[in-house]
Amino acid sequence: MSVRPATLARTAPVSAGRSALRSFLEREGIFGWLMLAPGVLFLLAFVAYPFFYGIFLSLEDRRVASPGTFVGFANFVTLAHDAVFWQVVRNTFIYVTVTTVLKLAGGLGMALVMNQAFRGRNLVRAFLLLPFIVPTALSTVAWMWILDPTFSVVNWLLVHGKLITSGYSFLGNATLAMGSLIVVNTWRGMPFYGITLLAGLQTISYELYEAAAIDGATGVQRFLYVTLPVIKPVLIIVTMFSVIFTFGDFQLIYALTHGGPANATHVFSTWSFDIGMSAGQLGMGAAVALAILPALALLIVALTLYLRRE
Amino acid sequence: MVGGRTIGGRILRLYLPLAMFIVGMLFPFYWMLITSIKPNRELYNAKIMPLIVYQPTLKHYVDLLYETNFLTWTYNTMLVAIVTTVVSLVIGTMMAYPLARMRFPGTAVVAIGVAATYLVPQPLLFIPMSDIINRLELGNTLTAVMLTYPTLLIPFSAWLLMGYFKSVPRELEESARIDGASRFQAMTRIILPLCTPGLLSAGIFAFTLAQNEFLYALIFLAKSDVRTVPIGAITELIRGDVFYWGQLMAAALLGSVPVAVIYSFFVEYYVAGLTAGSVKG
Repeated sequence: MSVRPATLARTAPVSAGRSALRSFLEREGIFGWLMLAPGVLFLLAFVAYPFFYGIFLSLEDRRVASPGTFVGFANFVTLAHDAVFWQVVRNTFIYVTVTTVLKLAGGLGMALVMNQAFRGRNLVRAFLLLPFIVPTALSTVAWMWILDPTFSVVNWLLVHGKLITSGYSFLGNATLAMGSLIVVNTWRGMPFYGITLLAGLQTISYELYEAAAIDGATGVQRFLYVTLPVIKPVLIIVTMFSVIFTFGDFQLIYALTHGGPANATHVFSTWSFDIGMSAGQLGMGAAVALAILPALALLIVALTLYLRRE
Repeated sequence: MVGGRTIGGRILRLYLPLAMFIVGMLFPFYWMLITSIKPNRELYNAKIMPLIVYQPTLKHYVDLLYETNFLTWTYNTMLVAIVTTVVSLVIGTMMAYPLARMRFPGTAVVAIGVAATYLVPQPLLFIPMSDIINRLELGNTLTAVMLTYPTLLIPFSAWLLMGYFKSVPRELEESARIDGASRFQAMTRIILPLCTPGLLSAGIFAFTLAQNEFLYALIFLAKSDVRTVPIGAITELIRGDVFYWGQLMAAALLGSVPVAVIYSFFVEYYVAGLTAGSVKG
């Protein structure tokens, strides 16, 4: 980065009052807080307030367009006795863990492949990132057609490859629907892992590998003892980010399966949408959404602590 | 950059896996394109080979533009994305600058607050938010999403920019201030110009996030003429069990164009932002 000499206007002589005001504004705390104020106020009003208001709602039997009464933890007690709730817990857990493992493994593979020198590497990198930047709802529409019960291209290939005799109903069967969601989420998220891990790999100097090779390290050993230690921080941070955002995933599931068939793919976000928005039970919906908070808070605190340490 | 000493090794280690990644990542886009230009008699015929088009047609695009509100949705999406990106970038910069370069009472708390608001997922907030928007009587207005998108974009841009602002040496501002510049002048004339790549990254990311937003738009925009492209496509081109696949794919493709164009111009900044946001922290 080059630094151009800045042309600064000479300050004109000012009156005592204005210079007092100016020196007041120049104080670090005053200037800093004046800059922070708009953002802090906005985030307090539109993030902090809704957050606490959500906790308040979850303790009410509130419905749309009618005042609610305070019911304490009744919503949470009802949830704990609801079989669907536990199914949602299980679905969310499966969705987050399986996609994370696949994205991590696939992303690492992608990064290792991309870390070799070849012509057009930057172009390939740009194309590989496309699934991550295109609006999710729109790319999910393409997947809906790929997985269509009657006209699925996957079925066409499988049937014509003589692997199966009749096509699958990918989104109509509980296991296949969850599998489809996992595939689409992995497809969308893997480039994020791949490209960030690639950036991590590129910080490893060639000399390190050479030194390891001279010492007789095999390819696997080089990966375990040279590559992995260097990219470990990146790996952990990327994974934690991705887990947190996968927990909050909504549009992909809403667009592809809507939580169906028969709640088989409902996760916290889609189920609380159905209860809170479609059925209008605001209190219960808020309670569902808040039920992920303990797990999420743990992750967020862990990530924040890890980032501070780094 | 290890391996690949022989041609065979290079095919096995590089070209084969690379080809698999490229096909896997790009096939859905190919599928979008091909579906959008297939006439219905090819689309809904399970007998013929689906991977190519026999008689391409632009009918679905014409129908999309003339028979649906697609152009209105596009206008809404762009308007909301541009306004929220600019607002969030300005406010995000104003937050990131003092947090990254100054020490005064409260910075630590605000910095943690920014990180927390960035990480709190939307599904935790949308139900109370819907009640708040209703009470403000902003349902079915673009103001509702312009007010709520920055809750996602501001923490993100502030977070990303803090990393960039920290990388500029402190002496630069100090010498400017000795020369008589105010704090504000030192920021706008010395530091911000040096951080142009960071501002670009944050701007492109914010724009992409705004184009991608779905949940708030779904809840707040229930009338066709205020909808955004993703919501319009999902709710209006899929009616009950009737799917307009050709139009849907045309909409998905055209709806992805603004992001893809911006992205293609600024790939390097995008990648830099991606790695800075998560790698540098």
